[in-house]
Amino acid sequence: MTALAAYTTSTGEAFQFWVLGTVAVIGALCTILMKKAVHSALCLAGTMIILAVFYLANGAYFLGIVQIVVYTGAIMMLFLFVVMLVGVTAADSLKETIKGQRWLAAACGLGFAILLFAGIGNASLKDFNGLAKANEGGNVEGLASLIFTKYVFAFEITGALLITATVGAMVLTHRERTERAKTQRERAEERVREGKHLPPLPAPGVYARHNAVDIAGLLPDGTPSELTVNKTLRERGQIRDVSSEALDDLRALEQRSTDRLERPDLRRTDTGRNGDGDRAEETEEASK
Amino acid sequence: MNPVNYLYLAALLFAIGATGVLIRRNAIVVFMCIELMLNACNLAFVAFSRLHGNLDGQIIAFFTMVVAAAEVVVGLAIIVSLFRSRHSASVDDASLMKL
Amino acid sequence: MNTENLIALLVAAPLLGAAVLLCGGRRLDRVGHWLGTLLAAVSFVIGLVLFTDMLGKGTEERSLHQHLFSWIPVEGFQADVAFQLDQLSMTFVLLISGVGTLIHLYSIGYMEHDERRRRFFGYLNLFLAAMLLLVLADNYLLLYVGWEGVGLASYLLIGFWQHKPSAATAAKKAFLVNRVGDMGLSIAIMLMFTTFGTFAFKPVLEATAETSEGKLTAIGLMLLLAACGKSAQVPLQSWLGDAMEGPTPVSALIHAATMVTAGVYLIVRSGAIFNGAPDAQLAVTVVGAVTLLFGAIVGCAKDDIKKALAGSTMSQIGYMILAAGLGPIGYVFAIMHLVTHGFFKAGLFLGAGSVMHGMNDEVDMRKYGGLRKYMPVTFVTFGLGYLAIIGFPGLSGFFSKDKIIEAAFAKGGTEGWILGSVALLGAAITAYYMTRVMLLTFFGEKRWEPDAQGNAPHPHESPKSMTIPMILLAVGSVFAGGFFSIGDRFMHWLEPVTHHDHGDSPLSAATVTGATMVVLVIGVSLAWAQYGRRPVPSVAPRGSLVTRAARRDLLQDDFNHVVLVRGGEHLTRSLVYVDHTLVDGVVNGTAASVGGLSGRLRKLQNGYARSYAVSMFGGAAVLIVATLLMRAV
Repeated sequence: MTALAAYTTSTGEAFQFWVLGTVAVIGALCTILMKKAVHSALCLAGTMIILAVFYLANGAYFLGIVQIVVYTGAIMMLFLFVVMLVGVTAADSLKETIKGQRWLAAACGLGFAILLFAGIGNASLKDFNGLAKANEGGNVEGLASLIFTKYVFAFEITGALLITATVGAMVLTHRERTERAKTQRERAEERVREGKHLPPLPAPGVYARHNAVDIAGLLPDGTPSELTVNKTLRERGQIRDVSSEALDDLRALEQRSTDRLERPDLRRTDTGRNGDGDRAEETEEASK
Repeated sequence: MNPVNYLYLAALLFAIGATGVLIRRNAIVVFMCIELMLNACNLAFVAFSRLHGNLDGQIIAFFTMVVAAAEVVVGLAIIVSLFRSRHSASVDDASLMKL
Repeated sequence: MNTENLIALLVAAPLLGAAVLLCGGRRLDRVGHWLGTLLAAVSFVIGLVLFTDMLGKGTEERSLHQHLFSWIPVEGFQADVAFQLDQLSMTFVLLISGVGTLIHLYSIGYMEHDERRRRFFGYLNLFLAAMLLLVLADNYLLLYVGWEGVGLASYLLIGFWQHKPSAATAAKKAFLVNRVGDMGLSIAIMLMFTTFGTFAFKPVLEATAETSEGKLTAIGLMLLLAACGKSAQVPLQSWLGDAMEGPTPVSALIHAATMVTAGVYLIVRSGAIFNGAPDAQLAVTVVGAVTLLFGAIVGCAKDDIKKALAGSTMSQIGYMILAAGLGPIGYVFAIMHLVTHGFFKAGLFLGAGSVMHGMNDEVDMRKYGGLRKYMPVTFVTFGLGYLAIIGFPGLSGFFSKDKIIEAAFAKGGTEGWILGSVALLGAAITAYYMTRVMLLTFFGEKRWEPDAQGNAPHPHESPKSMTIPMILLAVGSVFAGGFFSIGDRFMHWLEPVTHHDHGDSPLSAATVTGATMVVLVIGVSLAWAQYGRRPVPSVAPRGSLVTRAARRDLLQDDFNHVVLVRGGEHLTRSLVYVDHTLVDGVVNGTAASVGGLSGRLRKLQNGYARSYAVSMFGGAAVLIVATLLMRAV
């Protein structure tokens, strides 16, 4: 299993490298270019999995598995949790605000890549020793014997670092509750005292069309009601407005009924009105 | 194929990640780009491990992962508390240090 | 009892008086003047005790020394408060405390109606303490303390009636002009320290033999500048005339008898320095000769009795400075003239004060006339002082001034002739202006009139407390010269300190005396012809160009104004211009350019973390490039 060539690799590995390497680069580019954080995170996860494969191919079996389990599995999930907390669709506008930043950044990235390439090209990296000998007694055992002997001090310190980081994260995100939470009864009494919104808030969604929580319910005149959606969504600006869609649908329905009933103009007559027509008329008046 | 190509790939990924840090304003994405850079480094370490024929490079990569984990924990905590106070995850909004 | 320990008491007594009187407040108003006089007398008595003690010793043992305490004991810099009492200091101590006590006594009467008499006596005591410190110090630094002390006392006393703007201005002027001289003294002390490493009299004066002439000349000229300031010699003479704004006892004590002679003391005390620097000596004689004539000419033209006497003082001190500049030939005579002058000039001033006291503080001599009938005591004492100053045979001035003229001729060469002639000419002018003062004041018709308020003066003799000092001083004026000169007593007394050299006069002593008598008669007759035979107009005639110039102190103030004030103004203006354009320009320009640059650099600090990240990234790239290049090399 450790038949890694000293100088060249097998054709299979070369094929794997070129195919997966291309995908990894594309994934990395997508990470930095995707508009939404979620997409970026997914692309990054893909790239990381490919890197895990490369680790395996390079004889780092333990790291390859750890990469998948810890990195892709845990850390990227942590990212996704935060994205969820902070806003799934909070797409930041890609319009640059700092003058010249994008060009500078591109120039820097490109220059840095060229520099690194030149550095690697200049270095004499011809003789790959391969890990056959090092991995003789098993990769994990080899790593373990190094970690618990040569690197034991660094290992202990990373342990301390992790503990500190955990405590730090708790300190940063923890919020002390300064007052007792109100009970449901108290809230109800408060609402009665204030005298507004005695009943529960109106539900979101448009009847029979959209029932998602981010769709504002429509008022009789067709305008969306902010009250119907969650406050957090409202603050994030993640409300989808379907009012124009709904009005278009209504108008189409009206048109159809007019055609079927062969009435020249529904609005000119006082008879045969239905709720939908009434609403449409009001909407039009309002839009005038 | 020469295994040195892994190093080129690592360099490319690192440069892409660095560019991403510079151009993205969403703090979460910036963090992801940092992770990308760290991973690129890890790839280089692994390749170097193969080059030298010993496991020290892998050990370093392992430690990098640990440090990256710690960093992500703290960094994301910072982002969350920042979002709580400013309702934004944009790194440009936290520019109070200028005049 | 060890007499050395008494020396400090000489200074301490009046100093105590000054402290008590100035800090004591109004409750001392009733006894303050007696206390001040008593302490001055205590000082005089101690001086007498020390004097008799000194007379009882051999010549070699007469110099006493008292080390009080180390003032500034620093490595490489030792300043002590120590006193040295030798024959020279002794002479001064007796003169200062003696005349000082008499003038204290006189002031009791003179200042009787002044509310601030206690303060006046405090200042007088302060002056005595400072002046005694000046002459008793055993080093130049302590002398400088006394020097400044008398300057302060002089300032306070000239401006004693500071409600009069003229008095306040005069005090300020005296202080400022004295500062110029004091600067000279301080520079001289610094030069001494760098040259000799010390400023105590003994080591400095002993080291002069091994010092280069150039350094001695520099020190000597600086000392001369100091002497000019304190003794009102040309070119720093302008303050003395105005200093007459102070009360008359002050004029008598400070600005005639004692303080203004401090310059002479300084030069005689530093004799060894001047002996080694002929150029400086020449400068001293020139200053003395010029001032001698200057003061005399001014004295001729003034109608203000005190200012005429002030001109006379200037002139007489010119004699002393001239004598001091002659070197060992003249030191003794300078001091002798100083002492006799102390007597008769103080007497004259007290007489003038007595006249003013009786004439409603009128100072214009043209408004006096015929006062001899109204104030006989004043007339007699003033007259004796007058005879003494003009050098009437047998009186003090005759002996001392005659000796100076002789010594001037004895200088030898062209210099000797010129200086001798100037001294002779001065004697003639002295006779002229003093006769003028005498005639205008005590002879002729009475010319006083009621003033604007209709108060006609009622000339009357002054009280006992004023006349007694005048009488005592008159006695001194008459007999001091003879007492000193007969058997060369004074010369033998001072010789151990100042040394003496007879020089070789081209003229015999009798010839000089004869010539002096001749010029004396000429001066007196000229004055008689002008003021005795004809009635004197009570308003001054316009007079010739020289007279008008002399009335304005020979344009000294105009000169100072044009040269110093205007020059200073121009200098200041140009300096201000340079400061505004060049200095401020550089400073502001630097500030502006730094500000501008910072303003531009500040834009880099836009607060965006991403911009900073770009800089970091660029910096990292540069580092890598540098590393690669270094490796390539």
